[in-house]
Amino acid sequence: MAFDGALFEAREINAWRGDRHILRDVSFSVRSGEFLKITGPNGVGKTTLLRVICGLLPAETGDMLWRGKPVRGHREEFNTELGYLGHLNSLKGDLTTRENLKFLAGLRQSLTSEVIDEMLDRVGILSRADLPARSLSAGQKRRLALARLLLADAALWILDEPVTNLDTAGIQLVEDLIVDHVQHGGIAIAAAHQRLLDDAPCLRRLELEP
Amino acid sequence: MIRTPIREAAKLVFTRDLTLAWRRWDEVAQPLIFYVVVTTMFPLATTPDMSALREISGGVVWVAALLASLLALEALFRADVEDGTMEQWVLSGQPLGWLLLAKVAAHWVLTGLPLVVMSPIVGTGLGLPYDAWGVLMLSLLLGTGTLSVLGGIGAALTVGVRRGSVLLSLLVLPLAMPLLIFGARAVGMQMDGDSPAGPLQLLAAIFFMALSLGPIAMSAAIRISVEN
Repeated sequence: MAFDGALFEAREINAWRGDRHILRDVSFSVRSGEFLKITGPNGVGKTTLLRVICGLLPAETGDMLWRGKPVRGHREEFNTELGYLGHLNSLKGDLTTRENLKFLAGLRQSLTSEVIDEMLDRVGILSRADLPARSLSAGQKRRLALARLLLADAALWILDEPVTNLDTAGIQLVEDLIVDHVQHGGIAIAAAHQRLLDDAPCLRRLELEP
Repeated sequence: MIRTPIREAAKLVFTRDLTLAWRRWDEVAQPLIFYVVVTTMFPLATTPDMSALREISGGVVWVAALLASLLALEALFRADVEDGTMEQWVLSGQPLGWLLLAKVAAHWVLTGLPLVVMSPIVGTGLGLPYDAWGVLMLSLLLGTGTLSVLGGIGAALTVGVRRGSVLLSLLVLPLAMPLLIFGARAVGMQMDGDSPAGPLQLLAAIFFMALSLGPIAMSAAIRISVEN
């Protein structure tokens, strides 16, 4: 259990986007070994909530705690344990698949080329390692972004629609990765429309209402 | 796994930008071409008389260098913000200011340094005497370096704004005026046989101030810009 004792709590989060009050008193807690799936119709604030957790958007009121400590004031420490997979894949089309991982995932952990290749193999795009990322299909780009997430070695995964553009095998891959992550003591929080681990024992749900 | 030390992380950002520029060299070469073309046009538009050109050579080279550096600034952070790379930098757990400074350093190597290296040649074309080469290059070295950092702050502030390029020029150009004045003055004093130490020292002071405060301002501005 690599990420023992991980615990994330959000207390009465309120956030506005422009003049719209999107998140109203959202509270939840997830602990080591749990997968929290955030559902709700389009525009209800799933992405906003995920970005607030990451600190990419400010919450108007409310507290967040990581391992019992407030995230506010310990943001850098929290970030080292945070892996974020957003709508955007954060890829450079002019760099090769391998270089993309080297230059972005390498900011967090020192990577050897063996580690990178192993990860590309795990997400099934090793054969594309030396091609520019722009030549990958949309699904393959998503897989590359997943490889980056895995290399972050983070306890808390924040996934925004992780299965977008993925085929059946890709969705299965995401499910396997999440199950593996929570079995190692990690936490995953995902916003998803599609079926995603709907019958898994680690699943918890948070339904956002407009 | 081992956490990447900040020095390594900054090096990764720096080499990444050089690698990307190598694959997109046409975009990178644009400011340099602008610089050479503008300075070449001056004798055509004014007078081919070398002694008359010599009087304005330092100023012309400086103005051209300033505008050429400004040309490349707008795109500085845009691509990284739009494709989501910047979000990942913000969340990387590394001090964002250092990563941005590494990016600005790469930007300077690609757009500022070529201007400095090219300046004796374009200066000579305008009748600049050989003994002013050193001062011209040194003043441009400090000036373009400062401008890259100042421009970095401006670009970080305007990256989330649509049509931010107009705003960027309005923000950066007034701040660049002291550089232009002291830089051109240093070259002029050298040509008149005076010691250019005073304006050069002022340029160096501005450079180090920008270098030390710039990363703080840039990271604060980027954090605001990724909030969208």
